[in-house]
Amino acid sequence: MALDSKVPQGPLKDKWTDYKNHINLVNPANKRHIDVIVVGTGLAGGSASATLAELGYNVKSFAYQDSPRRAHSIAAQGGINAAKNYQGDGDSTYRLFYDTVKGGDYRSRESNVYRLAEVSANIIDQCVAQGVPFARDYGGLLDNRSFGGVLVSRTFYAKGQTGQQLLLGAYSAMNRQIARGKIEMFNRHEMLDVVVVDGKARGIIARNLVTGEIERHAAHAVVIASGGYGNVYFLSTNAMGSNVTAGWKVHKKGAYFANPCYTQIHPTCIPRSGDYQSKLTLMSESLRNDGRIWVPKNLEDVTAIREGKLKPTQLTEDQRDYYLERRYPAFGNLVPRDVASRAAKERCDAGYGVNATGEAVYLDFAASFERYGTEQAKIQNISNPSAAKIKELGQEIVRAKYGNLFQMYEKIVDENPYETPMMIYPAVHYTMGGVWVDYNLMTTIPGCYAIGEANFSDHGANRLGASALMQGLADGYFVLPYTIGDYLSDDIRTGKIATDTPEFDAAEKEVSERIEFFVNNKGTHSVDYYHKKLGKIMWDKCGMSRNKEGLEEAIEEISALRKDFWKNVIVPGTATEYNEQLAKAGRVADFLELGELFAKDALVREESAGGHFREEHQTEDGEAKRMKEFQFVSAWEYKGEPKDAVLHKEALVYENIEVKERSYK
Amino acid sequence: MNLTLKIWRQKDSNSKGQMVDYKVTEISEHMSFLEMMDVLNEQLVNAGEEPVAFDHDCREGICGMCSMYINGEAHGPDRGVTTCQLHMRMFKDGDTITIEPFRAASFPVIKDLVVDRSAFDRIQHSGGYISVNTSGNTQDANSIPIAKHAADEAMDAATCIGCGACVATCKNSSAMLFVGAKVSQYALLPQGQVEAADRVKNMVAQMDLEGFGNCTNTGACEVECPKGISLDNIARMNRELMKASI
Repeated sequence: MALDSKVPQGPLKDKWTDYKNHINLVNPANKRHIDVIVVGTGLAGGSASATLAELGYNVKSFAYQDSPRRAHSIAAQGGINAAKNYQGDGDSTYRLFYDTVKGGDYRSRESNVYRLAEVSANIIDQCVAQGVPFARDYGGLLDNRSFGGVLVSRTFYAKGQTGQQLLLGAYSAMNRQIARGKIEMFNRHEMLDVVVVDGKARGIIARNLVTGEIERHAAHAVVIASGGYGNVYFLSTNAMGSNVTAGWKVHKKGAYFANPCYTQIHPTCIPRSGDYQSKLTLMSESLRNDGRIWVPKNLEDVTAIREGKLKPTQLTEDQRDYYLERRYPAFGNLVPRDVASRAAKERCDAGYGVNATGEAVYLDFAASFERYGTEQAKIQNISNPSAAKIKELGQEIVRAKYGNLFQMYEKIVDENPYETPMMIYPAVHYTMGGVWVDYNLMTTIPGCYAIGEANFSDHGANRLGASALMQGLADGYFVLPYTIGDYLSDDIRTGKIATDTPEFDAAEKEVSERIEFFVNNKGTHSVDYYHKKLGKIMWDKCGMSRNKEGLEEAIEEISALRKDFWKNVIVPGTATEYNEQLAKAGRVADFLELGELFAKDALVREESAGGHFREEHQTEDGEAKRMKEFQFVSAWEYKGEPKDAVLHKEALVYENIEVKERSYK
Repeated sequence: MNLTLKIWRQKDSNSKGQMVDYKVTEISEHMSFLEMMDVLNEQLVNAGEEPVAFDHDCREGICGMCSMYINGEAHGPDRGVTTCQLHMRMFKDGDTITIEPFRAASFPVIKDLVVDRSAFDRIQHSGGYISVNTSGNTQDANSIPIAKHAADEAMDAATCIGCGACVATCKNSSAMLFVGAKVSQYALLPQGQVEAADRVKNMVAQMDLEGFGNCTNTGACEVECPKGISLDNIARMNRELMKASI
């Protein structure tokens, strides 16, 4: 099957408007006869569910958590981008589009990104109308901050809990529709397969995680909004339950999976402390607005710090290497995430890591305390303030901005970041790859859509900060509700989709057999044993930098691990009860397939782009080296084993932006 | 450190539960409480026994899923944290730790330490929203200036993660801190004024219907709340209810 991205003709800035004006609509009376399933209730799934229900469709929403409010979008801290230009600093739709394409290292689809930038301003209007308490200045207007990879302040925020507030906004919109009976909510349910009838997605098989019951749900269209697959690394900033299963199941039923190797390793996370660790915690990128990143200049100081003989605060300015400011004077500490992460790895690999594991750098706020404190002293008319007073005044400002993040750091690390610099290290955070979708956000299975992090579309090879929230809400509130109507307009006479058909029988049988296998297999190793092993292979060989040899080894090792898993895994308990190990076994089984495709994709992509860094392809000073011949999307077709997957290429064409060396110097 | 754990085990909502003793060894003080529970569960799985079921997801204190009652306190002995952010450095070698689910008649146990908090969702369905369409045809965000202190206070109320520690802590199993926080968020913002009277009446009615108790001002909920939601929100809800009723 040839890939058709269905990008409309016409000038970039008119594409979306013209397209919306000409697509088919479903009249309100007919919408009442059409059902839509939405899997996932994060920003994308929650906003899509609410909007589709409001339009009049009957929506069935699914979440594995006990409430839609707990989806992992809730953990996003820093903010959401929008081209409002409230700061008058030269922002515009084009500039947001430009920054996003460049930030993604010229590996995203122009038309989709432009549309995203276009609707971004509306998201803020929408959320304010819903009662989302964004930060404001003293005049009562909305405040902004700056994020990596851009030269304007376009990020809206609600303390360090922006994701939480936006998700609660979408959740409240869902609640309104649940109360009206337009959304039927299935909490503690997990989608375990998609049902395809006559080539169209017509329903899902789900498992009730409390009773273990296998259920059939039919609909005229299925929307996958199940988030990213960062947990393939075992350790990531994702929630414990985040998984690839919904996306992987549709892949196995015909949806192409795009760019699996594009992973975001976020530069500012709390470093790992031991083997027992279950997850990694992010410190918002917004901290890089006010924090300066450094390691000691001299290796002797590094050793002394590691041995506890020297404190970082004792080092003078000329004994410190502010390596981001040194290497990237134009963007400094606000370079994009992929660049910042690799730079941290480079220093730590060279032996400058400042904690016992050798994998940590400093994020230091001392300069901000002084800068804000001096400003405050002026404002408050304090003449000749002491250094201590300035520090105190400055800390108050920083506390107001990032108080909850500083508290979180202290609770985890047991060190006070107001007195000593934070230690940070990169960690797996977001996956730009995902289910391939066309301009309508439809996968290669007609009637099956993928939105939010679950799809691949807008971030190319690297996502800029505060863009994930924007994309999730853009897809759910403003894009999918239009494009899905065009497809559903053919379904106004279809009537209810029956679930007592051979297609549902077959899908349910497959799901049940797999569950039966798990609970009956008397193996020797726990599910976590395999998940940790997989995670180690992924981190060591498909992590921040990759090479041919390592990737080839990873493919072999993952394949062997998968075979071992299907022989020796042990799942206690039964299939007809609340059984978390059983749910996890299914998720890890899918990660074991995805992981191999991931490595294969990374092997085939003989270039460096964004988060994908191939050691063989770098410039003299160690920057990523893109290759013209790889200016395409890799879309993989399922053919059984991951090694048999077939590659389809969607060429990326840039008509409105010049493809250049991506420089932040 | 080595610890003795006394954990509530209950097969399902229809079965009777009981406390069961377990031992864990070589627990690092840097572990989170849930990582210590992971160690126990790995031990149980390897011994062919059923692991302890507990709710958890984000493990960074924001999703509100984790919900353990540890040594008689919701989310354990530390302040301003959820169970997932509680660290083992709060305990000593040789300690015996009692772990129960969040207990309340309106939070029936599903299994072991997992409880059903859907009553909270139903309270939100009854009015926890502003009736605005998600079409995007709203007015410009800056056309509604909101005083910074009002926005900040609304934000403080909106910080609630819906974990239910307030209910588990309260001797009356009252949900007034939870409901008060949501009512307050909207009551403090101009966008919420239009429906304010109906909202507070409907949410309080649903809260009562779900069987949550009343508030007798002991203030334990505020102490145990991982997000520091203030008792002022209950006072504000009462004022709003009074205003709506006359």
